[in-house]
Amino acid sequence: MNPSNQDAVYPAVGMSRNAASDRAVTRLSHPRFQRAFAGRGGKLLQGASLPLVVLALWQVASSLGWAPETLLPSPVNIVRALADLVSTGELVHDIEISLLRALFGFLLGGTLGFAFGMAAGLSKHFEGFTDPTIQMVRTIPHLAITPLFILWFGLGEWSKVLLIALGAFFPLYVNTFTGIRNVDAKLFEVARILEFNRLHLVTRLMLPAALPNILLGLRLSLGVSWLGLVVAELMGSSAGVGYLIENASQFSQTSVVFVGLLIFAAVGKLSDSLVRWLERRLLRWRDSYGG
Amino acid sequence: MSAVTVELEHKSFHSEHGEVQVLRPIQLQIHPGEFVTIIGPSGCGKSTLLKILAGLDTEYRGSVWIDGQKVVRPGVQQGFVFQEHRLFPWMTVEQNIAANLSLRDPQIRAKVDQLTELVRLKGFERAYPKRLSGGMSQRVAIARALLRDPKVLLLDEPFGALDPFTRAHLQTALLEVWMRKKITMILVTHDVDEAVVLANRIVIMTPKPAAIQAVIPVDLPYPRQRVDGAFQEIRNQILRALSDQGVWTAAE
Repeated sequence: MNPSNQDAVYPAVGMSRNAASDRAVTRLSHPRFQRAFAGRGGKLLQGASLPLVVLALWQVASSLGWAPETLLPSPVNIVRALADLVSTGELVHDIEISLLRALFGFLLGGTLGFAFGMAAGLSKHFEGFTDPTIQMVRTIPHLAITPLFILWFGLGEWSKVLLIALGAFFPLYVNTFTGIRNVDAKLFEVARILEFNRLHLVTRLMLPAALPNILLGLRLSLGVSWLGLVVAELMGSSAGVGYLIENASQFSQTSVVFVGLLIFAAVGKLSDSLVRWLERRLLRWRDSYGG
Repeated sequence: MSAVTVELEHKSFHSEHGEVQVLRPIQLQIHPGEFVTIIGPSGCGKSTLLKILAGLDTEYRGSVWIDGQKVVRPGVQQGFVFQEHRLFPWMTVEQNIAANLSLRDPQIRAKVDQLTELVRLKGFERAYPKRLSGGMSQRVAIARALLRDPKVLLLDEPFGALDPFTRAHLQTALLEVWMRKKITMILVTHDVDEAVVLANRIVIMTPKPAAIQAVIPVDLPYPRQRVDGAFQEIRNQILRALSDQGVWTAAE
């Protein structure tokens, strides 16, 4: 249909609504926009466009002297600080330490959370014994428990890893449990008819059925691990990205603080993308709305 | 080929209104290799009867024997096909057929290949259920039951959710399977034509609490033509029996 024809058919639509907003909507859904955001690279561009605009405005504001350097350093200076930290090897070392802490904490807490979630999901008895306690402990905020962990385990690595583990435990526990309990009773009936043994009941029915929930738990647990890491490192440490931030703020090196935040954001996003990739691979069979 | 003997005394459900009787005493003898269809008004308890035969429902008085062996729990001996296909969505077609059996076992592998051929699913072995149509899914469910060499195949309105063309097609496919495998089949339906197309004998149930109202033998050669005079005669016989119940309306 040619445009003039369209106008002739729908003249009243544009008039009845706010004409300006209508035009804006039309422009965003314009083929040229859709073409620009099509494909893999386009998706990246679409996701990056908002931060890029903010970054540009920020740099302009800093260059014009609207923002004091000690409060809001310019993006260029932050990049410079990043380059310095990389060249001295300091940053790589800090990231390494932080990653190890988060990984160990996550593995410890996540594995236990998954195991407890499975056990509670499979056994009413186990659930009856453990779930009330777990739900109670779950409501205690991280920050409130930190002083206790320092008293118990000192300022060393253990208190940090355990704090992260504690945080990582709950999302995987709750979601694994929910996943197991949501398995379709009709499929259970099929499994009974086909004479599944206990092992197959778990590996071929419950685990795959609960997988979407388990992966959600995994994603949330990873996020919480990262959060726990910040709390753990800010409370006192001599290395790590949290330490980098804490130390820099003592000396008013605001650009370094921003570098630390940047690292947290980047690694957080990376781990999240990893789980999403896992989801796409493992849940190919799912028949759900893709957006 | 296996014989099924049903001697049911009583079956009831407990609801908030107290005890509701679902089945009255039912005696039925099904011969080895026979194809029996059970037809009756909706909610009469015919599906309950089938679940009792499968061993899925054990809360009743009476007994069910398959080849002289009492049915006490569900199992592969009593293959079951539900109205919904009930496939495992995370398994491909061939994985669904094998389910808890290993496809790496050459014997299982060969049988699965044979069955995918039999139910005409060649080329879809690696497809997930989300890609299958309703008719295809139901054929996978039938193959899954057949892989276990059941003594009897119980089908609970297996084609009830399908469009008429697919239904007719699957009825033919099921007859083919029955003739090749010679398995005793018991199929519950509320479709009169389906009952006549498939059965050696048709069991007509009364409304709830269900009892056997009539058993009609069908001595027509397969494949049966719906336009055939003898077919129509049996069809009318069933319709008359059902309308005697006073529940049959023109809408059905």
